[in-house]
Formats: sequence, C-alpha cells, structure tokens
Amino acid sequence: MQADWIFVGLFLLIGIVFPIVPIAAAYVLAPKKPNPAKYETYECGIETVGEAWVQFKVQYYIFALVFVVFDVETVFLFPWAVAHNALPLYMAIQGIIFIFLLAEGLIYVWRKGALEWV
Amino acid sequence: MPDFNDYGIGNIIVYLWKLLGWWIGSLGVPEPWVTVIVTLVAIVSLATMALLIPIFTIWLERKLAARFQDRLGPNRAGPYGLLQSFADVIKLLGKEDITPTGADKIVYNLAPLVGVLSVVTLWAVVPLASTMVGARINVGVLYVIGISGLGTIAIMMGGWSSNNKFALLGAFRTVAQLVAYEVPMIVALMVPVLLAGSMNVADIVERQDSMWYLWMAPIAAALFFITSVAEIGRAPFDLLEAESEIVAGYHIEYTGMKFGMWMLTEFLHAFTIAALTATLFLGGWNGPFAKEFPLLGLVYFFIKTFAVYFVVVWSRSTFPRIRIDHLLSLNWKFFTPLALGALVVTSLVMMVMNEFAASASVMARTVTLFAANVALLWFVFELIRRSARQARAEAEGGHDEEHASHGGDGHHDEHGHAPASAH
Amino acid sequence: MSISQILFLIVGAVTLISAVLVVTMRNLVHAALCLIATLFSIAVLFVLLDAGFMAAVQVVLYIGAIAILIIFAVMLTRRVMADGSEQTNSQWPLGLAIAAAALASVAALLNAPVWPALPSVDTSLSISALGKALASPDGYVVPFQIASVLLTVALVGAIAVAGEKK
Repeated sequence: MQADWIFVGLFLLIGIVFPIVPIAAAYVLAPKKPNPAKYETYECGIETVGEAWVQFKVQYYIFALVFVVFDVETVFLFPWAVAHNALPLYMAIQGIIFIFLLAEGLIYVWRKGALEWV
Repeated sequence: MPDFNDYGIGNIIVYLWKLLGWWIGSLGVPEPWVTVIVTLVAIVSLATMALLIPIFTIWLERKLAARFQDRLGPNRAGPYGLLQSFADVIKLLGKEDITPTGADKIVYNLAPLVGVLSVVTLWAVVPLASTMVGARINVGVLYVIGISGLGTIAIMMGGWSSNNKFALLGAFRTVAQLVAYEVPMIVALMVPVLLAGSMNVADIVERQDSMWYLWMAPIAAALFFITSVAEIGRAPFDLLEAESEIVAGYHIEYTGMKFGMWMLTEFLHAFTIAALTATLFLGGWNGPFAKEFPLLGLVYFFIKTFAVYFVVVWSRSTFPRIRIDHLLSLNWKFFTPLALGALVVTSLVMMVMNEFAASASVMARTVTLFAANVALLWFVFELIRRSARQARAEAEGGHDEEHASHGGDGHHDEHGHAPASAH
Repeated sequence: MSISQILFLIVGAVTLISAVLVVTMRNLVHAALCLIATLFSIAVLFVLLDAGFMAAVQVVLYIGAIAILIIFAVMLTRRVMADGSEQTNSQWPLGLAIAAAALASVAALLNAPVWPALPSVDTSLSISALGKALASPDGYVVPFQIASVLLTVALVGAIAVAGEKK
C-alpha cells in the first residue's frame, strides 16, 4: 500500500520536473530581443483600455455552489458504491434514498430557475 | 540473476525491470534504495512515454482532421509528414519567450507546469498490462477526479495571471464548464466502481476479464466519454478557446515553449481520457491471451485507446461549437439527471440480482443491465419528447416570441449548434 | 527517525509556511493559491498517515471544489485585488498570547499519557468497511441520511442567498 503511494509521490515529483526541462531548453536556445511593444497585452491589434479586471456574473458562483454540494455527495456515495455488492438489500437501498434526496435538491434548483443561463 | 526463461517473451518488460533491480543490487546499493531507483526508472520511462505520445498524436490528429475535411494534411516533412511535429517542437524552441508587462510573473510561469502535472500524473494509476499496473491505490478513481481538479486550477492561474481580458474570460468560461461537467462525470464513474466493488483502477480492469463494462453500463460509458471530452475542452465543447470569439482563451499571452506546454497538456489530456475510457469501460488490457502474454495486453490497451481517440478526433471535426447556455442546460438538465438515473438503475438491478439470482452468470447480468439501461434511456427520451411537444404547442398557440425557454425541460437538443455566444 | 517521519516533518513545515502565507499575502488570488498549497500538503500528510481515502477526499473536495469556489468569490466580489490597509491592529499581542496558550495546552494534552493505543487497521479493506458502516443500521445510517438532507438544505440555502430576486 505505502509502496504504491511512493510511486504516486515520485510520479508527482517527475510530473513537475519534466515540463521544466523543455522550458529551460527554450530559455537557453530562444532569442532575446526585448522591445516594449512586444510586452504589451495582446488585444487584436488595438491598445488595451482599462484593466483586465471585469466583474463577472453571479451565475458562475451559483453553478459553483451547486457543484460543491454534488461533490460532497460523492464522498458519501463512493464508499457505498464500493461496498454495494456485499451489502444486504435493506442496507443497499440506503444509497438509493440518499440519491433521491439529492435529486430532490436538483429539482428544486431547476424549478427555481437557478440553472438558467441568463 | 533473473532467468529469462522464467519470464518469456510475453513478459519481457518485467524481466528487464527485474534485471535492472538485480544489476543495481549487485553494485552494492542497499535494498530499499534499489526499489526506489527501479521505481524511479519505471516512472521516468512511463512519464517520458506520456510526454512523447502527443508528438505522435498531434500528427495523427492533423492527418485525421485533414482527411475528414477532404485535405491531405501535413505531407512535406518526412514520409507522410511524420516529422511535422518534430519540426514544430524545434520551431517552438527557437521562439522568444514573452511575459507581458501586466502579468503576474510567478503565477504566469507556474501555470503551464501545473497544467502538465495535472495530466501526466493521471498515468500513475492507468494499468497498461497485467504486470504493469502502476500504483494500485485503493482510491484510484477519486485520484483521477482530484488530479483533474488540479488542471482546472492551472487554467485559472494561467488565465488570471496573463492580465488579459480574453484570457480571463476564457478562464472563467473554462472553469464554469469544467466544474459543471464534473458532476455527471463523477456520478457516471460510480457505476463501474459499483459493478467492480472497488475504486482501484487495476481491480476494475481485472473484473472486466469476462465482460466489458461498456455492455453492462452503456449510459455511464457514454456519459463518461462525453463529459470527458467537455473536460478537455475539445469541440463541440471548445468554448474555452473559441478562436473566433476570445482568440485563444486562457493561453493567449503564452509564447514559445510555455505555449508548447499548454498544447502538450491539451493533446496529452485528449489521449489520456481515451486511455481512461478504454480502461474503465473497454476492459483495459483484457483480451485473448493477455494474461499469459502481458506484452499482448499492452497492445490491446493501445488499440482500444487509439480507437477511442479516433472517436474524439471524429467528433471534433464533425460537430460545431455548442452555445454556452445550451452547454450548461445540457449538463444540468440532461446529463446530471441521466447519470443519477443510471446509477440508481444499476444499483437496483444489481440489488435484485444479488438477492434473488445470486448465481446468475455474467452473461445474464449483462443482458439484464443492458436492457435496464435501454429502458431508462427510452423513458428519458419519452419525457423529453413530451415536454418538447408541450413547449412547441404553447409557443405556437400563444405566439410567444421567446419560445419556451422557461417551462421546457427538453430544449437542449436540436437547436444547440449556433456558434454565437455570450460569456 | 524513519524516512516517513522526516517526510512528515518536512510536509508539516510546508503546510504551516503556506498557511502563514495565506493570511499575510496582500494579493487575494495569491492567498487563494497558497491556500491550495496548504490543502494539498494536508492531503500528503493524510497519505503519510496511511489514510489514502481521506487524502483523495481532501484533494477532490478542497482543491477541486472549495478552492474553485473561493477563487470565484474573490473574482466576483472584489474589484481591488491588493488591499493596502494594515493587517494587524493594537490587539495583536493579546492574540499572540492566546495562540501561544492554545498551542501549549494542545502540546500538554498530546504529551499526557491518556491516549489508548489504536487497534491496527487493515487498510486494504477500509473503503468497503466504510461503505458498510455508512449503510448499516448498527453503524452510521442515520448520520448518512441526515448528511443527504443537510446537502439538500445547503442547496436550497445557496439558491436563497445567492440567487437573484425575481
């Protein structure tokens, strides 16, 4: 078990080291001819007006909230799914009840119109 | 010294691995470090393979896309244009690296690294053959979901730090899309977990030796595939790049090799989701004689992966871009309920089978599950048809200009193909 | 000291440093990214304690969901990214004293010989056992279902608070 996690840990390490290699190679090989116009923000040829900071719609936030609720639900459901085939009927049915309660929440959000992109 | 005859030609990779371990041990390296070094060699070769695959798949994709559009595609560099990607890499190496003035330097440079990390490390849990299973962690499926979440963060970092309106818009679209499509994807992933009784990816593959989960859970397989395509931001779900609207999205300001890393991430991710679909639903390395000759399992795995990858490219060059409101309605009002329904149906069928027909053969289980899936799909489409008919009747009856965008439950199919969009 | 203990100390130090950075960073997005680093190193701590499921949950929930939510909140609400105001007020010595007292009491409690030895757990079976416990009437089926109701309530509440008034 621990050996497998060591494998994952080393993989994460390699995964961050590997992309550095080509970037470093490009850093050595690439030409460097700085010019203030080069470092301007790209906006289809015209000069940028104002800052990149734009106020976003609250809709993004609502979707993220719904997503978080569903994500938390998976934490409960994954162990149930793993154990499912070893469970007696009256215990396996608990997961179905769980899903129905959750679906109810989804229907509520739907009926409230919070899933519309306005 | 390990004897080659104990392993045979089908197991040559394991033999080479053992030979390496024996050789390092004979140099006088203490035992735990031998394991670490040998593991490191395995990881480095696996990661190198993962990073070199895009060089081939980029060529493949350009060639395929060209054929779909009745063109020739790259055909100048090398035979059949095979060296085109190498030429591209060399070109990228010679490009000047630009960090725009308003950019946040640290985050800007860190973002492509995190992006590559989030895709390469997915390969840690993908079993390539019966003897090459990677990490057998008992939370493999959750690991895949969690690591994909890192990719979302990487895109957010890249888009925000560029200090560019297009980049920020692209990043926001991406995150809204990825976050939304993760819900049906996770629920669909629960179906194979339920069938296999394990979250360990290697176990899920082993349980598919007699029957692929594609036949036992067709809806979950289709949902996983479609939501994965959305997750990698490929057409028809490519709003995050949308060249005609926000130029390139989150990586607009990147140049040179850092841009190359974003490209690498995208193409490797496309190949990785093909590999994951093949692993979780098409039986991974399973096939005739795959157990006796692990090398054959590797071949099966790659055949299946490339078959799925072909479908990814096919849909990319066939479907037009979906509009964002349709994209999100499709997800929340169709995919999510359908995924929950598929999970409930699978669970109920398995429950009844376990209770009353515990000795049923795999074939009987498969037929029942497949029939239940078809029934669910028919039921859902019948619901959609009814509500669409109702919405149409209302629209025609009341001469309502904005036809049924509130009451209709099923307006997510036919008219989802206009390329225009508001963010 | 074994290798895993040394690793634990290093990762623990990384956790603490990035946690300090979360509260001291001037730029809100930088603070959010430091928070992600903190959460990730906590996941590594879970792995070192042989709690793989908790580690995966930590990454999926906190990095995949909560961190995204926080970044969204930062980007939606604040137009000013860097806050130039003072980060401390005149009460900081008092806060420091309370924090030191809390640390001292936790350390004293950990050193007290009142902790029973935990039974060894078969980690290969743990997720299946967890699933069984969640669905069993002798186990945690009531909290399991209450969690579901709670999530539904959270969903309703989220719409009530964040939804636009029609």
